[in-house]
Amino acid sequence: MATMRNALPRRLVGLASLRAVSTSSLGTFPKRVKIVEVGARDGLQNEKNIVSTSTKIKLIDMLSEAGLPVIEATSFVSPKWVPQIAAGAKEVTVFVAASELFTKKNTNCSIEESLQRSDEILRAARAAGIPVRGYVSCVLGCPYEGKISPAKVAEVTKKIYSMGCYEISLGDTIGVGTPGIMKDMLSAVMHEVPVAALAVHCHDTYGQALANTLVALQMGVSVVDSSVAGLGGCPYAQGASGNLATEDLVYMLSGLGIHTGVNLQKLLEAGTFICQALNRKTSSKVAQATCKL
Amino acid sequence: MGNVPSAVKHCLSYQQLLREHLWIGDSVAGALDPAQETSQLSGLPEYVKIVEVGPRDGLQNEKVIVPTDIKIEFINQLSQTGLSVIEVTSFVSSRWVPQMADHSEVMKGIHQYPGVRYPVLTPNLQGFHRAVAAGATEISVFGAASESFSKKNINCSIEESMQKFEEVVKSARHMNIPVRGYVSCALGCPYEGTITPQKVTEVSKRLYGMGCYEISLGDTIGVGTPGSMKRMLESVMKEIPPSALAVHCHDTYGQALANILTALQMGINVVDSAVSGLGGCPYAKGASGNVATEDLIYMLNGLGLNTGVNLYKVMEAGDFICKAVNKTTNSKVAQASFST
Repeated sequence: MATMRNALPRRLVGLASLRAVSTSSLGTFPKRVKIVEVGARDGLQNEKNIVSTSTKIKLIDMLSEAGLPVIEATSFVSPKWVPQIAAGAKEVTVFVAASELFTKKNTNCSIEESLQRSDEILRAARAAGIPVRGYVSCVLGCPYEGKISPAKVAEVTKKIYSMGCYEISLGDTIGVGTPGIMKDMLSAVMHEVPVAALAVHCHDTYGQALANTLVALQMGVSVVDSSVAGLGGCPYAQGASGNLATEDLVYMLSGLGIHTGVNLQKLLEAGTFICQALNRKTSSKVAQATCKL
Repeated sequence: MGNVPSAVKHCLSYQQLLREHLWIGDSVAGALDPAQETSQLSGLPEYVKIVEVGPRDGLQNEKVIVPTDIKIEFINQLSQTGLSVIEVTSFVSSRWVPQMADHSEVMKGIHQYPGVRYPVLTPNLQGFHRAVAAGATEISVFGAASESFSKKNINCSIEESMQKFEEVVKSARHMNIPVRGYVSCALGCPYEGTITPQKVTEVSKRLYGMGCYEISLGDTIGVGTPGSMKRMLESVMKEIPPSALAVHCHDTYGQALANILTALQMGINVVDSAVSGLGGCPYAKGASGNVATEDLIYMLNGLGLNTGVNLYKVMEAGDFICKAVNKTTNSKVAQASFST
């Protein structure tokens, strides 16, 4: 479980205003896309080097300045805590997986049990008036089970949506997905959950993230998770890359004429800053192309 | 997302994952596993021809000059992967492109496998004759949709270059040698910026009209995005049938696969790529260049499209050339699969 904290409360843009025009025809895209920046959490968490809290805070500030409407930021909290709520979190996240084996290995329980735990958190959060975002892992494949059926993803997603998550982020955790599989999965999920409540979280382990994201947009998805500089490797494939780089995503969306509210130049600066702090090269191709090294 | 590290040790090894899970394994020509879902995205071609440009476009843009015997071995390895077209070298003056100075030796030295074609670049008649003398049976000519790029790159205007190509194409056709035409800067130019779809169409039509059997539309500096790809193709496809078109996308801004997917959705079924994503970008220092063949095959396999190419063998050829050139691969599939 993780808490979502926005660095500058006024930056938490009302979700209703960002709900995009949904379309089902191939070739048309939403007019606006909300980018959920996960670099400060998912990204940093999966990096070998650790950064200081002040560096993290500076990164979040720079990301905020770049215009990103949602910035995930936290340190990991043990599942034994119910506590984010007590700690004054403004938003809470629940994690489930579409794979039994992944759930077992990751959290030592079955999907059913993890759903029950999520339900408890959701009830507490709703009682406290705190919005909850849901994550579903392994939606396009699992490191243990291999293929994951779209029906299973739809089932799990439907359950946490009905428990009260305002948005569900569908994660291709190991980046094995390709556009056709993304389409099949989304078709199944969209039968159960409105597309406006869906987000995609694509990993770029096999270089497929942007193509997969493109297909999701073509199907009407208008919320995309990404990580500045493509921070975060993949724990399942040594040496592999992890998240989709926010800079590369913004480049594509901008080229498509889709509004994101993000200033690419400032975003690039944030990426340069954190890469220097981590002593690593950026995984963003846009950053590689524009920074004269 | 979620706690991870302790679970890693029990995971399938990545090689195992790739081999045993059909949706990312081989695509055997004409024999897709019936259990595998057929092409999930409607409107896609069933078969995609990959034109491998690593030995030419790739090595041409690498800083290191690769020894002739390594180039020959590299191409021989590629010939055994199932690739049906491998661009071998470029018969340009070694003053301009020292990386391709050994063009004749390479052309003579490779083993020409049956079922594989080995085109070479020929900028003019002189290059063409040298190519034929060295055993070439297919050639390519290289135009641009930008006047500035044409002047800076080949030292003449678009019109002058077309006249040169007319001579080459005429001679080639006289000898029954097929000619492929390239149009650079199809989605943007490092000097002029935006390039109109109309200009791309005009140049493409000219090359096609001369007798080129296929036109490869190149996003030379990788600035294109799915929207600009779509607009450009819509314009070109009014004049040239999609079956005679190919896309050559550079991954300088990470857009290549998204752009290629867009092209496939529009009916294009020939895609250029370079194993390991060889070749940087001469216009953006430190940037990447060609789209990696491995990553392209991965996507096409996942889409259930037939390519006839064995991903593992391509990865092995990629591993070979990267070690020879002493560089890390630009292919994400290769990065994920070979442990560091």
